[in-house]
Amino acid sequence: MSKFKKKKGGELPAISTASLPDIVFMLLFFFMVATVMRDSTLMVNNSLPAADQIQKLDKKDRVMYIYAGKPSSRYEDKYGSSARIQLNDKFAVVEEVGAFVLAERASKRQELQNVLTTALKVDGDTKMGLVSDIKQELRKVNALKLNYTTRIGDYTQNID
Amino acid sequence: MAKRSAPEVNAGSMADIAFLLLIFFLVTTTIETDSGLNRKLPPMEEVIDPPIIKQKNIFTVVVNKNNQLLVEEDLSDISEVRSLAVEFLDNGGGVGEDSCDYCQGKKDSSSSDNPEKAIISLKNDRETSYKVYIAVQNELVAAYNELRNREYSRLNPMSGMNFVQANSRYSDPRTSISEKQKLKPQLSLVKSMYPQKLSEAEPNKN
Repeated sequence: MSKFKKKKGGELPAISTASLPDIVFMLLFFFMVATVMRDSTLMVNNSLPAADQIQKLDKKDRVMYIYAGKPSSRYEDKYGSSARIQLNDKFAVVEEVGAFVLAERASKRQELQNVLTTALKVDGDTKMGLVSDIKQELRKVNALKLNYTTRIGDYTQNID
Repeated sequence: MAKRSAPEVNAGSMADIAFLLLIFFLVTTTIETDSGLNRKLPPMEEVIDPPIIKQKNIFTVVVNKNNQLLVEEDLSDISEVRSLAVEFLDNGGGVGEDSCDYCQGKKDSSSSDNPEKAIISLKNDRETSYKVYIAVQNELVAAYNELRNREYSRLNPMSGMNFVQANSRYSDPRTSISEKQKLKPQLSLVKSMYPQKLSEAEPNKN
């Protein structure tokens, strides 16, 4: 009898799957964190115009968003095809902008209330009339810091 | 002889590795931020006695409902706006205490006295497209940035940055406080040399 007996059968041990849940949870957490949650579903078409002289809009907690544009195809038969304003989750008329800004301002922390920026996410094909109306409303409630949110790109993309 | 099976790999530290990776991604992932043109609206109070501004210190840009541009009474293309605005702002045609020693313009007496007095007036129609309005705004801001970049690089040749880069560095929350304190006077000096005086008229009703 030889001392070094050949091992019987090349059976491989099963790979432990105990760590599989960890990997899955890791992926889950990663996607949870990296996904940008849109706080309001977009009900208007929102293809932003392009600009290249832009500044970043850091610090999300001091920004409030106003959307405007033509209602998206789902809402077209109900709300028509002329450009509308969207505040939070519903369509609004221009007169409601002031109240919205005041409500948003009141919901922020005291020290942020004076440094709030209004981000206008307006569809490129909107007419300036609506935008100027929004701006007038913002002036009435003294929300003077404004950001025209744009895509990064050359201005020539806006001319067609 | 007892049958020997391959020893099982210890998976106890797997969770640690997983968490390590998780934390790495947590720290390095930056959530996409919005960006755009920052503007400030004028306050609502009615100015009772508006200051008298010489016509030569106003650079008028009018956009009509067909998205055509009228710059200083001349029909022009959007590609010309930037250079025309730079020329106007940098003119420095003033004499005496109105003179501008850092301007590199033509010193034309029929154009602006100095950048502090030069005002760009933008007027648009209610039917103007928002895209075109943004394009014009972009070009006017670009004109200011071009001049500010020039002055910033001239005054701070060692920094290796231009005004726009320095400004975004200043507003970046990751920049240290000591660096911000260093940047602040440099930025505000250049800003005061070329103050952004962009006035928007209320649009035409029709």
